[in-house]
Amino acid sequence: MKLRTLVLGLCSASAFAFAAQAESITIATVNNGDMIRMQKLTDDFTKKNPDIQLNWVTLEENVLRERVTTDIATKGGQYDVITIGNYEVPIWAKQNWLLALDNLGADYDVDDLLPAIRGGLTVDGKLYAAPFYGESAMIMYRTDLMEKAGLKMPDKPTWEFIGDAARKMTDRAAGINGICLRGKAGWGENMAFLTAMDNSFGGRWFDEKWKPQFDQPEWKDTLDFYVKLMKDAGPEGASSNGFNENLTLFQQGKCGMWIDATVAASFVSDPKNSTVAGKVGYAIFPNKEGVDNHGNWLWSWNLAIPASSQKAAAAEKFVSWATSKGYTDLVASKEGWASAPPGTRTSLYKNADYQKAAPFAGPTLAAMNAADITKPSVKPVPYTGGQFVAIPEFQGLGTTVGQLFSAALAGQSSVDDALKQAQDAATASMQEGGYLQ
Amino acid sequence: MARAVTTRHKTIATIAAWIVALLIFFPILYTIITSFKSEQEAIAGFNLIPSGTLESYAAVEAQSGYFKFFLNSVILSLGSTVLALIVSVPAAWAMAFSPTKRTKDILMWMLSTKMMPAVAVLFPIYLLFRDAGLLDSRIGLTVMLMLINLPIVVWMLYTYFREIPGEILEAARMDGATLWGEIVYVLTPMAVPGIASTMLLNIILAWNEAFWTIRLTTINAAPLTAFISSFSSPQGLFWAKLSAASTLAIAPILIMGWFSQKQLVRGLTFGAVK
Repeated sequence: MKLRTLVLGLCSASAFAFAAQAESITIATVNNGDMIRMQKLTDDFTKKNPDIQLNWVTLEENVLRERVTTDIATKGGQYDVITIGNYEVPIWAKQNWLLALDNLGADYDVDDLLPAIRGGLTVDGKLYAAPFYGESAMIMYRTDLMEKAGLKMPDKPTWEFIGDAARKMTDRAAGINGICLRGKAGWGENMAFLTAMDNSFGGRWFDEKWKPQFDQPEWKDTLDFYVKLMKDAGPEGASSNGFNENLTLFQQGKCGMWIDATVAASFVSDPKNSTVAGKVGYAIFPNKEGVDNHGNWLWSWNLAIPASSQKAAAAEKFVSWATSKGYTDLVASKEGWASAPPGTRTSLYKNADYQKAAPFAGPTLAAMNAADITKPSVKPVPYTGGQFVAIPEFQGLGTTVGQLFSAALAGQSSVDDALKQAQDAATASMQEGGYLQ
Repeated sequence: MARAVTTRHKTIATIAAWIVALLIFFPILYTIITSFKSEQEAIAGFNLIPSGTLESYAAVEAQSGYFKFFLNSVILSLGSTVLALIVSVPAAWAMAFSPTKRTKDILMWMLSTKMMPAVAVLFPIYLLFRDAGLLDSRIGLTVMLMLINLPIVVWMLYTYFREIPGEILEAARMDGATLWGEIVYVLTPMAVPGIASTMLLNIILAWNEAFWTIRLTTINAAPLTAFISSFSSPQGLFWAKLSAASTLAIAPILIMGWFSQKQLVRGLTFGAVK
């Protein structure tokens, strides 16, 4: 009896000791399909790292951004791994809010990361976040409707072609809009698209001295073209449409073309959810005739470790696992190659199985390789960022300008008025931020 | 002279009331209907007849673990309500039965704190919570919810207490009742409908509070508001899952409201007609 008590006691003690050793890390993330898949597959990580427990906090994107910013700025230390975009990474790294990822492991193969993505996450030669999935933007179009309109998508379509094709594909009686584009106000919604579009029209947000450029002809051409095109060939109520709304319209067969994030390709080509799967073609983001620029849209969701984390070593182990080649193989083995997180590793695009399973792989890679966030415009700029300007003021300013442009799309103001107000708002913001004297 | 209420008027009023009620309830009803659809059905357009699948509920439970959030919601809303009553019953008693010339000003000042946008004090509160070690704790959030609802609770109780004749309390005092006895054995039983409706309203307000409950929690104290927030997606359509999460989050409070509607209405209209 005494022996049994002793054995039981020892077992309990060792169990407690083990539990005490197990470190638990908190991961903040967004509710995207790829992130949810990661949560489901974490058994693989915990088996390999039994001493690390994972706690997940999933939040809506804007709430997550605000929540994580508050926590990092106040050194709250609530999170050990955070999911942030490539907009935040350079800004936060310069504020010393993030830890450099120096110990991702010998087999991590950091050189396999797509150069454009890696560049956006590197500050002073150090990687501050590991990309989980990445995207650029491209044209997704209905091959059947294009054929019906008697047109063929060129290798490098111009905006002039897109405008012409959209108007020809429009058949409002049949519920088909020639083109669906973002109109919902927000720096990450309509302004992501319009900034990329303006890049491809030869425009820029600021000149070399941080003077806003909304009073220049490129922005006028961009916004005029956009508003007229959406009036002629866009869906009703387009000023309320963001990524998800356009995805719904396209999947329901109500759009001839949709120019948006490359990650959408996997949704529109999925026969389970898309009525137009198998009838979708892909092409590079358009440019204005004579302007050698395809928007330079580049976005990635990345895993980073806040400087306030007390469990940085365990957090880095997790970051390494979730963004490794091994994780991609794990997803492929469990859910097929089409589900592999796209847009981060060169090796994925060389994989024959992936190319076969994902017809959008080639166009996605071409779009990502064409994006250069260090040189977003054909004109010189003092900032980096493709569909955004990588300065802290951009979140607020981008949303303000987005509201003005959304109102112009809705017909509540003229293009000229919207541009004038945007110029005033941007000038005030730049003066306040000390960029303009 | 009292106006005659004809059957025709009654019918019109009843129909109008039903239409208004249905209009208000329809978004909730459609959320419940959508929760029983597949994701494909959910995005297919307006349809009132779901296929009845439970796949969204299964996915929601598998993804997030509903009961942990539910338990936190129950603890936070009940805890903050009890705490609020403990503080506000004596406060309302003092203002109703021993008013001073500053009582009205104090009441208005209390109410004015509700007019400040919560985000304006996010950083100070976050820092206070961080330094006190209260981030992601049920205790901290219970106190926070109590504090933000306190002005409404005090106001409601003050209004109810004002309807109770002061002479009854005086009589109790003459019979030798202590202050404690006066509040507990005389005032409280007479104000039960008012206290009950205040409690119910406070529970509903605390249950639905989504600013602080999301921003001051991560894992341990996160209630159902954080649970719903986790199903909103920037890239991808998960409407059926979001509807299932919303239905699960509102169901308890909806059921509670249904069963206690008599008390709620009685409490809210208490003293409205003299």
